[in-house]
Amino acid sequence: MAALEEELTLSAVPLCAGPDGLLGVEQSDKTDQFLVTDSGRTVILYKVSDQKPLGSWSVKQGQIITCPAVCNFQTGEYIVVHDNKVLRLWTNEDVNLDKVFKATLSAEVYRIHSIQGTEPLVLFRKGAVRGLEALLAEPQQKIETVISDEEVIKWTKFFMVFRHPVLIFITEKHGTYFAYVQMFNSHVLSKYTLLLGQEEKSVIQSFTASLDRKFISLMSLSSDGCIYETLIPIHSSDTEKHQNQTVVRSLLLKTVVSGNARNSPALTVLDQDHIAVLGPPLPASKECLSIWNTKFQTLQISKELPQGTSGQLWYYGEHLFMLHGKFLTVIPYKCEVSSLAGALGKLKHSQDPGTHAMPHFVNWETSQGCGLESQSSELSKRILRRRKIEASVQPEIPASKQLLSTIKNDSEKHIEIELRKFLASKQTPDFHTVIGDVVVGLLGRCQTEPSFYPRNSLMQLIQMQVLSHSLCPRLMEVALEKSDVQMLQLCLQQFPDIPEAVTCACLKMFLNIGDDSLQETDVNMESVSDYTDAIQDEKMEEQNEILQNGFNPEEDNCDTCDKELNGKPQNTVEETSSCPVIPKRAALLNAILHSAYSETFLLPHLKDIPAQHITLFLQYLYFLYLKCSENATMTLPGIHPPTLNQIMDWICLLLDANFTVVVMIPEAKRLLLSLYKFVKSQICICSELNKIEVSFRELQKLNQEKNNRELYSIEVLEIL
Amino acid sequence: MGEFNVHRVRFFNYVPSGIRCVAYNNQSNRLAVSRTDGTVEIYNLSANYFQEKFFAGHESRATEALCWAKGQRLFSAGLNGEIIEYDLQALNIKYSMDAFGGPIWSMAASPSGSQLLVGCEDGSVKLFQIIPHKIQFERNFDRQKSRILSLSWHPSGTHIAAGSIDYISVFDVKSGNTIHKMLVDRQYMGVSKRKCIIWGVAFLSDGTVISVDSAGKVQFWDSATGTLVKNHLIANADVQSIAVSDQEDSFVVGTAEGTVFHFQLVSVTSNSSEKQWVRTKPFQHHTHDVRTVAHSPTALISGGTDTHLVIRPLMEKVEVKNYDAALRKITFPHRRLISCSKKRQLLLFQFSHHLDLWRLGTTVATGKHGDTLPLSKDADHLLHLKTKGPENIICSCISPCGSWIAYSTASRFFLCQLNYEHDNISLQRVSKMPAFLHSALQILFSEDSAKLFVASNQGSLHIIQLLEGSLKHLHTFQAQSGSVESMCLLAVSPDGNWLAASGTSAGVHVYNVKRLKLHCTVPAYNFPVTALAIAPNTNNLVIAHSDQQIFEYSIPDKEYTDWSRTIQKQGFHYLWLQRDTPITHISFHPKRPMHILLHDAYMFCIIDKSLPLPNDKTLLYNPLPPTNESDVIRRRTTHAFKISKIYKPLLFMDLLDERTLVAVERPLDDIIAQLPPPIKKKKFGT
Repeated sequence: MAALEEELTLSAVPLCAGPDGLLGVEQSDKTDQFLVTDSGRTVILYKVSDQKPLGSWSVKQGQIITCPAVCNFQTGEYIVVHDNKVLRLWTNEDVNLDKVFKATLSAEVYRIHSIQGTEPLVLFRKGAVRGLEALLAEPQQKIETVISDEEVIKWTKFFMVFRHPVLIFITEKHGTYFAYVQMFNSHVLSKYTLLLGQEEKSVIQSFTASLDRKFISLMSLSSDGCIYETLIPIHSSDTEKHQNQTVVRSLLLKTVVSGNARNSPALTVLDQDHIAVLGPPLPASKECLSIWNTKFQTLQISKELPQGTSGQLWYYGEHLFMLHGKFLTVIPYKCEVSSLAGALGKLKHSQDPGTHAMPHFVNWETSQGCGLESQSSELSKRILRRRKIEASVQPEIPASKQLLSTIKNDSEKHIEIELRKFLASKQTPDFHTVIGDVVVGLLGRCQTEPSFYPRNSLMQLIQMQVLSHSLCPRLMEVALEKSDVQMLQLCLQQFPDIPEAVTCACLKMFLNIGDDSLQETDVNMESVSDYTDAIQDEKMEEQNEILQNGFNPEEDNCDTCDKELNGKPQNTVEETSSCPVIPKRAALLNAILHSAYSETFLLPHLKDIPAQHITLFLQYLYFLYLKCSENATMTLPGIHPPTLNQIMDWICLLLDANFTVVVMIPEAKRLLLSLYKFVKSQICICSELNKIEVSFRELQKLNQEKNNRELYSIEVLEIL
Repeated sequence: MGEFNVHRVRFFNYVPSGIRCVAYNNQSNRLAVSRTDGTVEIYNLSANYFQEKFFAGHESRATEALCWAKGQRLFSAGLNGEIIEYDLQALNIKYSMDAFGGPIWSMAASPSGSQLLVGCEDGSVKLFQIIPHKIQFERNFDRQKSRILSLSWHPSGTHIAAGSIDYISVFDVKSGNTIHKMLVDRQYMGVSKRKCIIWGVAFLSDGTVISVDSAGKVQFWDSATGTLVKNHLIANADVQSIAVSDQEDSFVVGTAEGTVFHFQLVSVTSNSSEKQWVRTKPFQHHTHDVRTVAHSPTALISGGTDTHLVIRPLMEKVEVKNYDAALRKITFPHRRLISCSKKRQLLLFQFSHHLDLWRLGTTVATGKHGDTLPLSKDADHLLHLKTKGPENIICSCISPCGSWIAYSTASRFFLCQLNYEHDNISLQRVSKMPAFLHSALQILFSEDSAKLFVASNQGSLHIIQLLEGSLKHLHTFQAQSGSVESMCLLAVSPDGNWLAASGTSAGVHVYNVKRLKLHCTVPAYNFPVTALAIAPNTNNLVIAHSDQQIFEYSIPDKEYTDWSRTIQKQGFHYLWLQRDTPITHISFHPKRPMHILLHDAYMFCIIDKSLPLPNDKTLLYNPLPPTNESDVIRRRTTHAFKISKIYKPLLFMDLLDERTLVAVERPLDDIIAQLPPPIKKKKFGT
């Protein structure tokens, strides 16, 4: 659910915001630090969590900044343009903007864009685009004119699409809007005319855009208060290249803000389904920041801003920036994926008490308590004086943060060492969330760097027994991609809340993976220790007898199938006494059997497994059942073997999901017949047990009556 | 220390009544419990869960609802259609008032405590104003179709939720109008049941109404829109009770299967402020229906048909993980139901509506420790004395000589004389009772059976001379000026000179019976007195308190004895202090002045004051050491507390003569056997 947290005000230095508000807020290369450019002469670098400025730079009197300062993520320098044409580059160490590098360009700059992973782009007022490096190499180069004379750039945004920079800008000419999409690498520029549709008269007041696979989803907020969406293709088809195409906009959300507001409203995309809108919801009301879910067309949360805003809204990371009254206000925004398991906190019961470091009962309050604690510590951080005390009281927090930064940059080996150090230190109450953050950090790096796969570190973290699938949903996905069966087995053993789809994907992989590649892996074999090399010389007759578990199937209607089965006794012996899968695969399958699931969610996924794999798995389960029924306690040997209930449940599930398929396969026929027989015997056992229970109760009653008779006695007691 | 012949009695077939309601009072940390026979008990949770007060039941007064209002005022309502207020000082019923709505099924006090709401059989919800010493009918709310089974106030006092059959109504208190009717689904596991009874509702301050019903559901409703928000199906049987904590962050429900579920408001993800109700912990401490639950700040309290009162502390709310964090199961009353005549070896058993008199058997054989001796004569049931009228017996006593039986209900006092002629006994009631003697909280005969001491309401103590077939009033000790506290415990010295009496909170008063004046008052102690006795010869008063402390006070010297000071200085053994049940009876050995005999429900102890006291390192419960050990080792390991845990649950133990003890046990299995069968759950197959 989307949630707005308490706002922070960056009020250390009053901004000299003009009537149009600020020029811009941009990210810097360090998280939590942002460049704020006011409409006058000043650029300020803020650290948001501390609510204090780290640096401030101004241009000379008479000069005026015309374009918001940005950070070059590749070099860490800051770039600003003043007086339309003069480019300034500086770093944190520089004090005076007059003395820093300066380049005067030949055309007026509209904006500089800079995002992570590419060099900054400079967009000129006439629509031309240049890379910063190329521009600095030859500042006075000629800049072409792209857009027509009366066109004015209204809004622009820069994306990375499949590692290629793409720039979109919107221009306006006599009430008509055009969208230009510039593919920077291929230098292809596509132009689109935005058709306003029925709402011809409305004026577009604000734009925002997000990437949606092959399209740029451009959202516009019109003066009628509605939000419209326009899909602009990134790669236009070749034939229509350079031609003026038209795109239509469709209504996305109706009347989110009042039509005739004093200030123009603003909007920004937060994620796939959420947008933030700044503006008054009703003509008379005060301005509000509201978060809308576009998928469900619902207002998620809204916050009143009584002192008015400048109609500008920026969103970076998890912070929304806006000018509230005279001060720049930051509202942290979070949209957490709610997970049922996270809420329920299911815990698997571990059978060996020695290895468990968890408390005996689930304390539902601690996580809550922790949350409150951290919130309160955040609150108190605002008071600088107290912050020092906090820091000395809680030295663990920096340790985890340090580890997270290590993960972002260092080598696998180094991370492993650091991690070991961290794990050896004292466990804090919020230990599991910290571990979760560490895993998410590691996986995040896996995602960006395909070669990075810190297997040992991940294994070590899983073995801490505090992780769950909902804490690090990407982990099993990555392991599945890498076909890392050992890791998957460990996850299946440790996580209490694996979604059924993932369990089933694991099952598919375990059944599918070749015997040769399995032999190379190092799988935990404790659940299969003995029974695969069980004594083979047991006689079939004996087994048959025990299989009935005391029930004599004389009046069994299944005589014919018995005969059929006994017709090839050689085969039967083979089928029942040797394991149909190799021990390593058996260990993996046992991990599946142990995992928690809900039938309703598992069944649809089981249908996707190929028929021969289903048969193999059924054969294995049947084999386990036979092994189970060999002893009186109905258990398997080994340290942590699958229980009879788990075996039975899985047999039922597989048959339920794939019955029509299995029935058609000739090699499964024998198996089905045997299964039918054992189900029948199970039903008989249950009915017998229920009968016995009644008899036992009678015995118990008799026993009680016997006790009751001794209502009075005289005994001798000696007390010393 | 000695060998005893123990008369082990298990034929006291006492069955406690099932618990119907519990009501927790946060201000005083007390718990009121009402039982199906109309008895109301008050437990002091701060004083080691001691049952400090009780109001005897009444046949026609089946309580269906119990609540505290205006701080310390206790009200109950029941199927006879009356609202009753209890006087917690005088321990009697202040008044009862007919609500004129037929049987009352539910009652709730407003959050401010100034108004009382009852739900009646005829579908009416009636509002009463609580005024000093009275309640006053104010008005009716919109009449509903069927009986109102549950009620809950919104914490602001502006709205109420009422559970009926098949629907929940939300009322506006100001206008008395129904704002919403929320229909409850009758479907139960796909099968349409005939009716869905809303057994409980709870109104939260955010407007959520939680309901529990006979289809096994716990449902969350939005009272503003009248819509169902969430549904938890938790049982195959009825969910019968609900209680919410004051912080509204957790609640508890009880089901007919004997399970108690704890629900908590938990963050959806860590660190997020959004919270949702999650079923967290199931507890199975009951075998039968959990008819009622309560939620104290630190514990879940439940009671039901299986007669146990279960107090389950919430581990995360308990600050120190000490013995207080342990589960408490209270089954037996913390007062004596049995009295004994030493001379004739008789036992008098008190039931709710009758008394049973038994004569113990005899044996001529001797044996060693652990032997069961052959009986030369079995125990005899001599008398079955039924009370007249609907009221339960409050207290009873048989004189030491065995020829007098006295008992009392809430409105009448009875005295009977027994005549023994060989095997025949005849009973003669003393018919003319003085007017002041209409009700007693405690009755005691003097050792020579010539005097009767009666503790009545309003704190007065009567002394009565017993004559052949009649009685004579000797004196009445009036209550101390300014106090109206009733005396619940009495003890008389064997020589008949001293009478000790104790109330629930103030100290123990000692009266001189010869001079008929107050002799002294033992300084008040924080915890209530659970048992009192005066030792022969020395006239030392031994007092047991609910925190398991024992004091010995010399009446002639008006000071604590040296032994008492020593044990207070050294402290009791930690295992002694951790016992669950209070000491309910103290007696003395006539020939061994250094011995004190006392017992609780699970142990019997002889304290030998001449031996060294145990410290925390010594074994408190020392089993019989092997006889071949030398005397030196024996002497070294021996200490003052000789404890036997053979007899349990032990309801009564006393010394009949120097070598004979009587122990009355009531095995739990025998009680369970007399309860209705619980809901059957299939064990095998599904």
